[in-house]
Amino acid sequence: MPKITYIEHSGKEHIIDAPVGQTVMEAAVKHAVPGIDADCGGACACATCHVYVDPEWLAKTGERNSMEESMLDFANEVEDNSRLSCQIKVSEALDGLIVRLPKSQH
Amino acid sequence: MSEGEIKRVVIIGAGQAGGEVAQRLRQGGFAGDISLIGEEPAPPYQRPPLSKAYLKGDLSMDRLLLRPASVYGEENIALLLPVRAVWIDRRSKRVRLEGGRELPYDALVLATGARPRKLPLAGADLAGAFLFRTAADVDAIRPKFVAGAKLIVIGAGYIGLEVAAVARQRGLEVTVIETAVRPLARVTSPEVAGFFLDEHTRQGVRFVLGGAPALIKGQERVTGVRLTDGAELPADLVIAGIGVSPEVTLAQQCSLGVDNGVITDAQCRTEDPFIFAIGDCANRPMSHFDNRRVRLESVHNAVEGAKIVAATILGQSAALEAPWFWSDQYDLKLQIAGLFQDYDHIAFRGVPESRSFAAFYYKAGRLIAVDAVNRPGEYLGVKMLIQKGLSVAPEVLTDESRPMKELVAAAR
Repeated sequence: MPKITYIEHSGKEHIIDAPVGQTVMEAAVKHAVPGIDADCGGACACATCHVYVDPEWLAKTGERNSMEESMLDFANEVEDNSRLSCQIKVSEALDGLIVRLPKSQH
Repeated sequence: MSEGEIKRVVIIGAGQAGGEVAQRLRQGGFAGDISLIGEEPAPPYQRPPLSKAYLKGDLSMDRLLLRPASVYGEENIALLLPVRAVWIDRRSKRVRLEGGRELPYDALVLATGARPRKLPLAGADLAGAFLFRTAADVDAIRPKFVAGAKLIVIGAGYIGLEVAAVARQRGLEVTVIETAVRPLARVTSPEVAGFFLDEHTRQGVRFVLGGAPALIKGQERVTGVRLTDGAELPADLVIAGIGVSPEVTLAQQCSLGVDNGVITDAQCRTEDPFIFAIGDCANRPMSHFDNRRVRLESVHNAVEGAKIVAATILGQSAALEAPWFWSDQYDLKLQIAGLFQDYDHIAFRGVPESRSFAAFYYKAGRLIAVDAVNRPGEYLGVKMLIQKGLSVAPEVLTDESRPMKELVAAAR
């Protein structure tokens, strides 16, 4: 199972086994990684699963979709590597993915 | 109430609200006992996908769960399923479960949710007639939910229309019966309702508006629905989505104030300082809306109630959001922020014909809500404005030449 590393804003790391087909958000929420709220459960309705994708992984995680782009417009401290983790599907190609979490989702 | 005094938290109701309280307490460092009591066999799960991806078959029960079942044991949360709480003794601070076991509490959380209203009709208990609330309801529906089957949906609220949309995508023949003259009458404006009516009609859904069912026909199984005007419609299955009633039996039994839900203050505290009520069963004042009392049936409300209660028990405070909702129908994502009731003006950004537009609702010149169809920026922008207590004039907000982000940033 692909492993994903989530790094909290404080620097604390969580290495999670993420099932293929689920999203990067779901794997975090199911293991209670603090800092990803994802209140809407992945419906792209709440913009509380913002992550920064490690630059080396940007090509493999793909582009933001248009809905995600609009939501991120209103998130805090958005960077070029900002994504909504509910929109990134886990695949074998993402084994080793590193994402960093923002200070706050609100 | 401070953490020092609270060693035992009992949560009645293991839906999203109840589940989130338990999780947030542990995440926040609460070291005392947590008991989470639920009537359904499954650990806390998300309900919104039931009428969307789960009905469609795109989402397994595993993915519906808020957290894997194993987490509760790991975090020392006593998950009591399926168990019914039958009595609350406020004086001795104990909850009695069916079978007689008693759980003492220092803080009690009522997260009992709501029950779907049953059709008050002959035939409502026939095989093939369903309510729509739980994963078990959907599991029972799915084998009948096949291409070519004739489905009658009673009630054109969000649940009814979402079910109709999935049914059309699965190739069922769909008729929606609604006693009001338009769909979504309780939850949105005539303009937005008209847009969804047109969309469903284009997708092949038939509507009987302003019509009431008189009885569900059939011997052992549903064969159709007879309307009060005598017309008969054939059906292989009937799904009722006619709203829910807050589950307040226990609150009433222990004499807590109930008026369209368990009455609480802004901290979700009932009139008993040791009992909180959150989620669909609770009625609380909304700080962004002049403390107007509402009982909201939504994920936002469930999660926010949980945040407030966990923070209160931990001696912290929780930031409040403007109410938000969403509905997925076909390729349309409707996102709603605020409370539109009592609006006196509506303004549009974009046009419904483009399938991408936002309807802004104003009351006495103040922006109070948005219905955004495939317009996430407009949704989030208005949500932020409401949370900050800001408003933007309709002629400004509807000016498509200016990006939403800029309008929100400029608001004062």
